Amino acid sequence: MDLKDKLLTSHIAFEDHLKADSPLHDLRSNALKVFEEKGFPSKKEENWKYTSLNSVLKEDYSFSPKGESVIEFKDVKKYFLHNVDTYKIVFIDGVYSSFLSETTHDNIDVCLLSSALDKSKYKPVIEAYFNKAAKKDGLTQLNTAFTKEGAFIHIPKNKEADKPIEIIYFSTGNEAAMFLQPRNLVVADENAHVQIIERHQSLSSNAVLTNAVTEIFADKRAMVDYYKIQNDVLSASLVDSTYVEQQRDSICSVHTFSFGGQITRNNLQFKQLGEHCDSILNGITIIGDKQHVDHNTLVHHIAENCESHQDYKGIFDDSSTGVFNGKVYVEKEAQKLDAFQQNNNILISDKATINAKPQLEIFADDVKCSHGCTIGQMDSEALFYMRSRGIGEKEAKALLMYAFANNVLESVKIPELKSRINKLIANKIGVSLGFEL
Amino acid sequence: MLQIKNLHASVEDKAILNGINLEVNAGEIHAIMGPNGAGKSTLASVIAGKDEYEMTKGEILLDHEDITELDPEERAHKGIFMSFQYPISIPGVSTTNFIKTAINETRKSRGEADMPASEMLKLIKEKAELLDIDRKFLSRSLNEGFSGGEKKRNEIFQMAMLEPKIAILDETDSGLDIDALKVVANGVNKLKNKDNAVVVITHYQRLLDYIVPDFVHVLMDGKIVKSGTKELAYKLEEKGYDWIKEELV
Repeated sequence: MDLKDKLLTSHIAFEDHLKADSPLHDLRSNALKVFEEKGFPSKKEENWKYTSLNSVLKEDYSFSPKGESVIEFKDVKKYFLHNVDTYKIVFIDGVYSSFLSETTHDNIDVCLLSSALDKSKYKPVIEAYFNKAAKKDGLTQLNTAFTKEGAFIHIPKNKEADKPIEIIYFSTGNEAAMFLQPRNLVVADENAHVQIIERHQSLSSNAVLTNAVTEIFADKRAMVDYYKIQNDVLSASLVDSTYVEQQRDSICSVHTFSFGGQITRNNLQFKQLGEHCDSILNGITIIGDKQHVDHNTLVHHIAENCESHQDYKGIFDDSSTGVFNGKVYVEKEAQKLDAFQQNNNILISDKATINAKPQLEIFADDVKCSHGCTIGQMDSEALFYMRSRGIGEKEAKALLMYAFANNVLESVKIPELKSRINKLIANKIGVSLGFEL
Repeated sequence: MLQIKNLHASVEDKAILNGINLEVNAGEIHAIMGPNGAGKSTLASVIAGKDEYEMTKGEILLDHEDITELDPEERAHKGIFMSFQYPISIPGVSTTNFIKTAINETRKSRGEADMPASEMLKLIKEKAELLDIDRKFLSRSLNEGFSGGEKKRNEIFQMAMLEPKIAILDETDSGLDIDALKVVANGVNKLKNKDNAVVVITHYQRLLDYIVPDFVHVLMDGKIVKSGTKELAYKLEEKGYDWIKEELV
């Protein structure tokens, strides 16, 4: 039985575990039908031309852990942020870990989705937002069909999350191969502020495939900053679909740091529904080996006087492959727009590949849209400059790569996270620089 | 200190240097002048060890040691410094952090420990004052958004920090107004002593009013065709290069 059949068959058993009158029953059934019809994406689809999931779909995955897994905080401490207090929503093999988590219902709701789905208190929010932004593609609907657990974050009007929120999904390797489908819902009401850091981390070398879906809703004047740290082991693959809907005067940013994993596919879609929205999509990809990272972005401009900024940098070593497929879609009504897209890549090895495809579709006539895409090797003049000052070739390259990626880090608003990413970059490049980053 | 013997170099099979001989001793200032395309910048780059140039013949000796097989960083560690005509910028890396890295890499090559932070700070302060550089300027990203004058001053600051045996200043005067030129020349003069040497590569005599050379060499078609004292520079300024060409014929 292939993975698709196995999933379809297991759905009845999955729903049996849930309450029969769950408001999501119909939603799940319909979603399953979509998945049944569409299945997993193939390279025949334009959007999946350069990314094949075939190799990871072959595994014999478990969908839920057989027993409860416990991990000691000291063993996973390094995956959390230090020197800054945070809320934490932590899952182990898809199951919520109250021991590692620190949630709150004090002014704001930072908790797990399963409890939000169950409690009548949250019904209005769930009904208003859940699955409303998610696209009707096979993978997203597969996630909807099996939605059970994930992070639920609701910041009411004029409230500000007093500290950043970390969402971490650990997989232990207690199952030979694990298929996880976390689902996050973030709702920032009018003038609410929140900062979120998300991470998927496998703790073993067993195969893990994660099909994650996150919906983010930013009401008027809300500010949402979302950071994705993708630094997983080589046996872990991730399809991450994130859908952002913005109302007028809101500012949303999503930073994606892709340093690890086997296959990583990011679907990131922004929809601007009101005037004066600002959307920021930033990414740094540094991979080697046979790793593959695909950024598929869409910014959908519907309203007037909005802005969007995309800046993706990629550094590819060994036989790694990268994809950047960035689309800016401007409706006829979206006048006075400023949309900017930038994608720069460095190929360190002759065997590394990048497929970059910037796309602009503009139906308005009074807009400012620009895009730039570069693919290059290391600047030899710059390398010579540094070496002539006594800096060795390896360190000079590291410094250049750091400089190359640096301007994407400028917009990271949590200093501790910024220095963490800095260190990850230095680590990834494999040198210790002569100064503290 | 620096001996160049019968140096031939080419880039992509095109010969640019055709047998250069030059000897620079400690305590001396040499100027290399010549028309565009004579090979001046190539000579500087070949001494500094740029990969793109292939040395097809000859020798470069530093303190009697052949350095032609050494990487650029190894030459820097031995005391060669080249000031770039077009210094590159590195966003996100401050001048201070850059020079710290350069100094500590040099120390590492000599088997020494990193320079203690307090000592580094003292040295930076001392050299910044010597060159009349605001230290805020040093915390900015290296050369990013710097004016021509600022970039060149930054080059001389790095030179001051690294204390090379021999400094090659490639067209340090290009793109500078007279005030910036004076500041840069003044810096070079302050750093000059009996144990080091400076080679000034320039198109114009102007810079040599401020950095006064002991010897002037004329480079044409990849060869030093005439050498003399600073009076030669004045003559070139006045008469151009044509008379030398005629003399050669």
